[in-house]
This record gives sequence, C-alpha cells and structure tokens, in this order.
Amino acid sequence: MVACGGGSSNSSGGSNGTITSVTAFCSPSTVQYGQSSQCSATVMGTGNFSSAVTWTASTGSISSSGVFNAPSAGNVSLLVTVTATSTQDTSKSGTATITVNPVQMVNNVAPIIVDAGPDPVNAPTVNTPFVTITICVPGNPSQCQTIDHVEVDTGSSGLRIVSSVLTISLPQANNSTLDECLVFEDGYVWGPVATATITVTGETASNVPVQIMIPTSTSPPVPSSCSSQNPPGGNGNEGVSVDAFGAKALIGVGLFQQDCGPGCTTNPAPDFYYDCSSVCTPTTVALAQQVANPVSMFPADNNGVLIQLPAVPDGGSPTANGNLIFGIGTQSNNGLGTATVYTVPDSGNNAGDFTTIFNGTSYPQGFIDSGSNGIFFLNSKTAGVPATCADQTHWYCPTTSPDNLTASNQGTNMSSAVPVNFSIENADALLATDNTAFSTLGGPNPGAFDWGLPFFFGRDVFTAIENMSAPGGIPPYFAYNLP
Amino acid sequence: MNVFKFVGIDSLAGARILLASLLLALPVPALAVLGDNAASVLTDQARMKGTLRSEDNRTYVMHEITEPTGTVVREFVSPAGAVFGVAWEGQFPPDLQQLLGPYYQQAEKAQKAASSAQQQRQKRAPIVIETPGLVVYETGHMRSFHGQAYIPQLVPQGVQASEIH
Repeated sequence: MVACGGGSSNSSGGSNGTITSVTAFCSPSTVQYGQSSQCSATVMGTGNFSSAVTWTASTGSISSSGVFNAPSAGNVSLLVTVTATSTQDTSKSGTATITVNPVQMVNNVAPIIVDAGPDPVNAPTVNTPFVTITICVPGNPSQCQTIDHVEVDTGSSGLRIVSSVLTISLPQANNSTLDECLVFEDGYVWGPVATATITVTGETASNVPVQIMIPTSTSPPVPSSCSSQNPPGGNGNEGVSVDAFGAKALIGVGLFQQDCGPGCTTNPAPDFYYDCSSVCTPTTVALAQQVANPVSMFPADNNGVLIQLPAVPDGGSPTANGNLIFGIGTQSNNGLGTATVYTVPDSGNNAGDFTTIFNGTSYPQGFIDSGSNGIFFLNSKTAGVPATCADQTHWYCPTTSPDNLTASNQGTNMSSAVPVNFSIENADALLATDNTAFSTLGGPNPGAFDWGLPFFFGRDVFTAIENMSAPGGIPPYFAYNLP
Repeated sequence: MNVFKFVGIDSLAGARILLASLLLALPVPALAVLGDNAASVLTDQARMKGTLRSEDNRTYVMHEITEPTGTVVREFVSPAGAVFGVAWEGQFPPDLQQLLGPYYQQAEKAQKAASSAQQQRQKRAPIVIETPGLVVYETGHMRSFHGQAYIPQLVPQGVQASEIH
C-alpha cells in the first residue's frame, strides 16, 4: 500500500503489520535559496501497517507535511538530504536529495564616470556622475536606444530624457495626455509622461513611466503655474537642450518610489501633473501612473542603490570612475558593511531630511544629493568660511585652504549624532583648473546642509527606497561609512 | 502691487471684515505680499485657499497660511503694518512670482548680475540672493522645499533675520 505526502495522519490504522520499505521523492529536486519543494513518501508493508512518516532535512527546514524550505540566502550550491522515517518502525526510512543553488544573480554594477559631460562639451560639468542606460519601446525589443551621460541623482526619483536625444518613439501611457512640471531648486523641466523599458547593466524595469523634457517652444506650452515656480534668477526651463540640462537624461534613484507620491493622488497639486487634452490643467494621478523610480521596478535588487566613488585628492582630479550598484544587501557586493543607517521621514515638510548639527546648532534640513555638485551649507558667517570668491554668493573661498570642518548627522532612528569631517577649498582656485571631480567644493545654503557629490568621494553611500525592506533599518534611509 | 489700500485701518480685524466683504464682490486678484500692507495676508489666504493662524510676537505678527497641499507660508508683519518677510516650506513651493511680486523682478535682476562663468558651473544648488534691498533663499529637493525672503529695511529693530523661517 502507498501513502503520499505527510503521512502523519494514520487512518490506515493498526501496528500489527510490518513495514518493508520507505522511499522519498521531492519536486522540484532543484531549487534556489529561499524557495521550497514538496516532498512525499511511499511506505510499503504487509498486514495492517501505518503509513505515517516523520520528515527531517540536513539543511533548511521541512514541515510535518513534507514541505521543504531552503535556507534564505547563500552563495554556494548545496546538496540537501531529506529523510522520511516510518513512525511505526524507525529503522525503515527513505531519502531524497534536493539541490539548492544560489539565486540567479544578474550584473548589478553600472560604471559611473565623473567627467566634463556629453560630447560636444560646450558647457563643461563638474562633480556630475554619469551612467549609460538603454531604453526600449515597451514590448518592442527592436526599438531600443543606448544613452550615455545620464546623470545619477539621489535627490529625485524617475527617469527624465531631453527630447532631442530620443531616436525612438516612446508611447504615452494608455494614450493619456499627461504632462509634468518638475521643479528643481534652481529651475524646472516640462514635458509629457511616456513609458519605457529601462535597462541599466543587468537590471531591467518594464513599462516604467518616464518624463520627456521638451523645449518651451514645443507643444504643449509650459503652463504659467509651472513657469512661475522658477526661483528668481533661476534657470527657467532646464530641459530645453542637452547643453542647458548638462546631461542627456537624469535617472532619479532616490528615496521615493514615485516623484510626487500620495501628494498628487487625491487633490491636483497646483504645479505638478497636468492633463493636456486641451488647455493643460492640474490633475490627480494614481501612483502607478506617476513617473517612477526605475530601481523600485526592477524584479530584484530593487530596495535601493549603493554609490561608490574613489577618494579624490585636494585640488581635484581630471575625472573619477566609480560604481552605481543596485540593491542593498541583495548580493555579495552591496552589503551595508560598516555603514551607519540614517532614517528619514517619508512624508511631511521635512520628508527625506535628517538633522545636521554644526557648532552646536541643529539644522533639520540635511540631505545627501548626488545631483548637487557641491557641499552647500549655511552661510559664510555661521559656517565660519570666507566667501571671498569672485562669485561670492555661490561658492566658498576660504583663505586658509583647505578649511577642515566637522558636522554631525542624526537620523530619526538614532539617539545621538555621528560626526563627519569635510574640507572646503578655494572654489576660484579649483574651478580655474580643468579638473571635473572635486571633494572640497562648497558654497552657501543658509540654514541647511546639502551634502552633494563631494561627500560621496571615498565612501559607500546607500539610499534605501520607501516601502521596500532593506537591512539595517526601515526605509527610506541614507547610509554611509566613515572613510 | 496692491489694489486694496486700507489707509487709516490700524487693526487687522478691521481689515479682515472690510476685505471679506470686498472679496464677495471682486474676483481675487493676483497680489504680491512682500512689502505690502497687512491686508494682503488675507488676500493671499483667499488665493491659496489656506487656513490662517496668527501669532503676535510683540515685535511683529506672524501669519501662517497652510495650503490644502500642506505647504506652509508664513508672512511677517511689522508694527508699522508692512509685510517685511515671507517664508515657506512643503512639497510644492508656493507661486514665487505672486508671493514676491515686484521684488521677484528685482531679485531676478540681482541674480543675473551676479551670474558668471563660475555660477554656470554650479548645478542643482540652492538659491542665494543677498542684495541691500532684498534677500531670498531657497533650498531643498523633491518632496521638500524650504525658502525665505525679506526686505532688510523693513525688518523691525531687534528682529533677527533667522526668525523669518
């Protein structure tokens, strides 16, 4: 007689029979770490014997009903022996072998270069990190395009492409007429929301809402409620050309899953998403239709990013090469290591900010932004750094250069702040060189601390995305180590 | 510029009543507040569809307007009745051209004059405008912007600029 599965039910009754053999079988016989397999036993015997078995596994765990669960993570292949033992006669057992393989890892490392920007270099960039990506028309792998000099930005979420760069025609989602105004600190970009399949190194996200940034002269025209967000003396529409934008596209890999988030789902925000079926009018947009952080849409390695850039000597370097690594703690190359986690609020008027303490004063607007090309903090008086540059309101020019400073950062998860050292050199002297990577470039930002790209050189800097799970804390968070 | 001139009205409560009745008859104009009189606070509140909370700090009155989007705009009125400073914070910055009015153009001019090859090499940086007649700061990132603007000459004696936040 044959008994399958758990066998702990013992309806076949008595114990005056004899067990002759037990065999075990598991399906599938090959799994990955974190996966499971269903095992069953065949008990043979004579007379009124019991078909009940107990299950054991040499690694991982197995339930009384024969469900084998592989260990959650590992880097090497394992052979696991699963044993079914007759409860009536424990000398009779059968075994099966399950192979547990490491999860199929994709290449999650995209090379970063910090250089003078896209060719031709008409407006050289400094401290701007670039990667290369491929975009495709969704569902049409023959309609693809590779784009170099895509700026990596931890201060925003979503892919935005300068329209003149596009050689393929990305469709607008659901034939919608959705357009977007996105306000940056120093200007805005404007244009339609389209969908694309985005591949960066081995990672691919499908059907991602992205923004195409169009010139002011193109239809639909920029609504006045968008253009009036330009701060006084700001750059206005920054997405008009590659030169104006300083990159061919921008990939926002920051703390949030969408650019606007819940703030745009119930009431139309005054200056964000617009329905342009006739005159562009502010509209609500469901989360799934909003321009999305591509990282959170990868099938794996989707809980955040790690940016690694080399140390740069005082005075700067001509260029710098580093890595944009997808996922946090998902592969052997993206663990937190010695990094400290700085948790930040996911909503409210200090969303995405930690507290920076300088000279005993707490500043609630501290953030890490690879899209800012300097460390922008306080003003000359509170920072104690002379701003005697030719352009006094935008850079610091200490007379003793480098000027070595210390601040402390504290996340909402921390009971005390952790000091961080940084140095500022004379910006006039730095920018007079042809170097493009500077770890000591800084300028004023009254009342706040914007830890821009100089902060990244020589450290591991992590940004973990809201609503995902990540090691070391509850996202959204920043994490970094002390070099 | 402000089309409502409340010459002789020295209490905000009086201005509120008169303004409320005017608002019934007139479309809400796009008014500037910085440098205007206290009554423009109410006009701003109406335009922003916001809730108003006022706080008397003796040397000035702070009117805090919370927009439906959660953005908070604070307007600082001197004993002389002039709005000497404004501050804002939130996911969606307020309409700066409206908030700063004629001072927007002044700030823009100042910023363009300070423009240089160096500044063009600066990217995604905070706005810092410091002229004798006007100071404007704005900082932040996606989902969180903070800013302040004030007219140094109108700031009452004894009030620190850092209080305008």
